Amino acid sequence: MIRFDDVVKRFGDVVVLDELNFSVAPGEFVTLIGPSGSGKTTILRLLMTLEKVTSGQIFVDGECLSHMQRGSRLVPADEKYQRKVRQRIGMVFQQFNLFPNMKVLQNLTEAPIRSLGLSRAEAEERALELLELVGLTEKVNAHPSQLSGGQQQRVAIARALAMRPDMLLLDEVTSALDPELVAGVLALLKDIASSTDITFLCVTHEMNFARDVSDRVLMFDHGQIVEDAVPDKLFSEPDHERTRTFLRAVLERG
Amino acid sequence: MFDNIGLFVETISKGLLLTVEATLGGIVIATILSFVFGLAMLSRLRLVRAIARIYVEFWRGTSEVVQLLWIYFALPVLIGYQIMPLVAGIVVLGLNFGAYGAEIVRGAVQSVPKAQYEGCIALNLTPAQRMRRVILPQSLVEMVPPFNNLFIQLLKGSALLTMITVHEMTYQAREVLITRHVSQAATIWTIVLLFYLVLAILITFGMRLLELWAGRLVGRKPPQRGLLSALRSRRGRAAAITDAAVAGIGHTSDRSGGDR
Repeated sequence: MIRFDDVVKRFGDVVVLDELNFSVAPGEFVTLIGPSGSGKTTILRLLMTLEKVTSGQIFVDGECLSHMQRGSRLVPADEKYQRKVRQRIGMVFQQFNLFPNMKVLQNLTEAPIRSLGLSRAEAEERALELLELVGLTEKVNAHPSQLSGGQQQRVAIARALAMRPDMLLLDEVTSALDPELVAGVLALLKDIASSTDITFLCVTHEMNFARDVSDRVLMFDHGQIVEDAVPDKLFSEPDHERTRTFLRAVLERG
Repeated sequence: MFDNIGLFVETISKGLLLTVEATLGGIVIATILSFVFGLAMLSRLRLVRAIARIYVEFWRGTSEVVQLLWIYFALPVLIGYQIMPLVAGIVVLGLNFGAYGAEIVRGAVQSVPKAQYEGCIALNLTPAQRMRRVILPQSLVEMVPPFNNLFIQLLKGSALLTMITVHEMTYQAREVLITRHVSQAATIWTIVLLFYLVLAILITFGMRLLELWAGRLVGRKPPQRGLLSALRSRRGRAAAITDAAVAGIGHTSDRSGGDR
């Protein structure tokens, strides 16, 4: 489903990702953990085409994200090509990024109508189903600014699902939430992960959640994968000292 | 000394309609140009940006008076066709203030957080949909206060039209009244000032309504302490006046404290 081939990402002189190679199978739930600045979020942003790779290539179902075939040559992807490739990818952001100029319903119907070409009736029907799934049916006509952080994030999850993505990128989706709202959002995500065959790529500091839902956990440090293992192995008996010190630090913090 | 006030007011009022026409015409053209060139300055295409930049620098960087004289006196010589004074005046006001307005639009659009663009990309909206449906509506609320300033300046700038014989308020005072009642110049000019003041207050009132609307568009609550909300809640006149005095402060904090 996803494949990173020797991906390098630099911001100026800072190497964020250093010849990274990994792949994710369809339907897999893969969690990325590691200290800040280790490149986890950059991986999601590259997949969402919010950033460009410095070198190397990323493939989504065999199609390259950054380049396209023109004749026999590979040229940088244009807007139209990128829109086709990223149509299958959805993303949920740390700060929700809901559109404040639209009510909850419009937030959920805007892109399906304009980008997928659904009729208004179809889009609204689906939006209401999704609001029911995330438990916010009564907020259908609310403005995002009238919702709590947890509610906003639920709407953002519903909004991403409304695009029927094959792949969902979760970028520290509970980091901006009040502690008591975190559990609800995580339970919702777990529910979605177990009831759909969406492929998940998740950056989080919630280790219990990662252990609970992941098929695989990747431990990052300095733009490299330090360890790649099933959660039980990685959390209970990691092979690497770096993983151990990281986990200890995170768990001590609370 | 005050015997002729009735006559003065009446004579100046005869110029009121032309002042209002010139101002409204100028506002319409300036607003359209502001959006066209403000967005053009943000284009991905270098040529489009360059054209917009040239427009802004030229009309902002040359004298309004000379622009007016040029269009009215020089252009007809070049094209062999005399433009109506009012039309020439409206065109110059629009072009000149549109250049300032373009910078307002550009700045307001750029003030929308990057996260909103990223949200649009994640939902696969096209650049045009992104701008029209998400970014522009959110930037409106930032544009209204500076446009308020701009429109008031435009109103006052309309007095320059007296130089190309548009019979607006200033013309009426200078060419009709002063020539006959030169000893009462102070009274005459004071009345003219008050006319402009009232028009400026009307513009501000309209723009405050627009700001409330634009604020509601992005889910902001109307300011609690403002002249309008005071009037709406039918509190006493005294309360309204006190509130008007602090409106400036309250206004700023409302804008920076918005939830986005």
